[in-house]
Amino acid sequence: MRQAVTDTMDPMWVRACLIGLATLFLAVLLFVPLAGVFLFAFSAGADVFLRAVSNAETLHAAWLTFLAVAVCIPLNVCFGVAAAWAITRFEFRGKALLVTLIEVPLAVSPVVAGLMVMLVYGHQGLLGPILAEYDVKVVFSLPSILIATTFVTFPLIARELIPLMRLQGGHEEAAALTLGASPWRMFFMVTLPKIRWGLLYGIILCAARAMGEFGAVSVVSGHIRGRTNTLPLHVEILYNEYQFAAAFAVASLLALSALVWLTLKSVLELRTQ
Amino acid sequence: MAKQVDSVLPGWGLSLGVTLTFLSVLLLLPVSLLLLKVSELSSSEIMAIVSSKRSLAALWLSVRTAIQAAAVNVIFGTLIAWVLVRYRFFGRRVLDACVDLPFALPTAVAGITLTTLLSPKGLYGSYLSEWGIDGAYSPFGITVALVFVGLPFVVRSVQPVLEDMNLDLEFAAMSLGASRLQTWVKVVLPSIVPAMVTGFSLAFARALGEYGSVVFIAGNMPLRTEILPLLIMTRLEQFNYGAACVLAAMMLFVSLVILLGTKFLDGGIRTR
Repeated sequence: MRQAVTDTMDPMWVRACLIGLATLFLAVLLFVPLAGVFLFAFSAGADVFLRAVSNAETLHAAWLTFLAVAVCIPLNVCFGVAAAWAITRFEFRGKALLVTLIEVPLAVSPVVAGLMVMLVYGHQGLLGPILAEYDVKVVFSLPSILIATTFVTFPLIARELIPLMRLQGGHEEAAALTLGASPWRMFFMVTLPKIRWGLLYGIILCAARAMGEFGAVSVVSGHIRGRTNTLPLHVEILYNEYQFAAAFAVASLLALSALVWLTLKSVLELRTQ
Repeated sequence: MAKQVDSVLPGWGLSLGVTLTFLSVLLLLPVSLLLLKVSELSSSEIMAIVSSKRSLAALWLSVRTAIQAAAVNVIFGTLIAWVLVRYRFFGRRVLDACVDLPFALPTAVAGITLTTLLSPKGLYGSYLSEWGIDGAYSPFGITVALVFVGLPFVVRSVQPVLEDMNLDLEFAAMSLGASRLQTWVKVVLPSIVPAMVTGFSLAFARALGEYGSVVFIAGNMPLRTEILPLLIMTRLEQFNYGAACVLAAMMLFVSLVILLGTKFLDGGIRTR
C-alpha cells in the first residue's frame, strides 16, 4: 500500500496545512474567477444575458470560432500523424532539429505569430501583390484567422503522438505488411486504432486552444464587427465598450466550452490510466 | 535529410513531405521574412528602435513581471504537485483536473475576469486598496494575470517526477535519523529541482509572450504598464512594420533560447 505509507510520512497537521494552502491558492486564482465569469454574466439579469448571446454579431462570432476549430483540427491531425510517423519510424539526419522546430510555435508570442502571418499574406507582405491581383482577401478576413489559428496549434497533436508512437514501436505495422496488407490498409487497421486515444487527447487540446486564441487572431483579423470577429475578439469589443454584462455573457459561453474540454480530457486520462 | 536506416515500413516520403511542407509554409517562410525585414534596416536604425525609452521600458516590464510570475508559480506549483501526488483527500481529482483550466480557458476571458476582480471596486481589488496596492492597471495586476497563465507548466513538470520518485530513499534517510524536513530538503528537493527549473522556464516563456490576459489588466500606459507584445501591436497599428519586426525578432530570439535551454536541461534532445 504505497498510499498509506506516503500519507503517514508527514504528520497530520503538515498534511492539513499543505492541502489547505494549495486549495486556497487554487481557489483564489482559479475557482473564484471561474465562478465570477458566470456571476458577472447574469449580473444584469437573464434577459440581458439572453440578448447578448443571441444577437447576430455574437452568433456570427461563434460561427467563425467554430470554423477556426473545424478547419485547424483536420489540418493538425494530418500534420501531427505525418510528423510523428516520420520521426518515430525512421532514422534520419536532422531529426533533432525537426523535433525542435515543431515546438517553436509553443514558445512564440501570439502577437509575433500574427505579425509573421501579416508578413507573408499582408498587403505589404510577400504574397500581398499576387493575392491583390487575383482579388483574394487573406488578411483582415477569414483565411488569415484560419492560418493564424493553425500556426499556434499545430505542435499540439504532434507532441502528443511522438512519445506515444515511440513507445509503441512499429512491430505490429511490420507484421501487417508481411501478411500482405497494403500501406493504407495497415495505417487504418493497425496504426490508427493504436494511437486513437492519444490522437483524441491531442485533438481536445488543439480544439481548446483554437477556440480561445486571441493575440494572433487579433493582429490578423482587423476586428471588423460582424465580419471577422471570433468569440474572444467579440468579448474584447463588448468589454471595451463598457457592456460588461454582455461581455461576460459571451465569455461565459467560452468558459463553459473550456469546462467541457477539461471534462473530456479528464475522462480520457482516467480511461488510459 | 536523408534516411539512414532502411525501415520496412512505408510512408517515409509522404510523411516527411507533409511535415516539411507544413513547417515551411507555416514556420520557416514567415520566420525568414521576419529576419529579412529586420535585415533591411541599418544597424543604427535597429539600435534606435531597441534602445528607445519606450521599448526598453516595455522589455524591462515584460521580463520583470514574467520572472516574478514564474517564481510564484515555482513555489505554489511545486506545493500543488506535492499535495496532488503524495496525499489522498476529498476533491483531489477535481483539483488535479482544474490545474489545466488556464490552458483551456481563453486568455481574453481570464483577462476580463481578473481585471474585474482586481479593479478597485472588485472583490480582490477592494481588499488590496486597503493595503495601498493597485490591483488592476498596474505591474502587480500584470503579474497576477501571468501567474494565472503559467501555473499549469510548473505543476505538470514537477508532478510526473514526484510520481516516479523512489520512496526507499526517503525511508533510508529517515531511518538514518534525518528529520522529515531534512529528508525533504536533502533528498526530495534535489531530485525535483531540474523539473522545477524546466517548469520555471516554460512558465517564463509563456508569460513573456502573453497578450490576451494582460492587455485588459495592464491599463497599457506607455513607459509604465505597456508590455512588449502590446508595444509590437501598437507599432503594427501605426503601420510601423520595421519597428514591430525588430521587437518581434528580439522576442523570437529570447523564446528560442529558452526553448533550447529547456531541451538541454531535459537531458539532451530526446529523439528516440
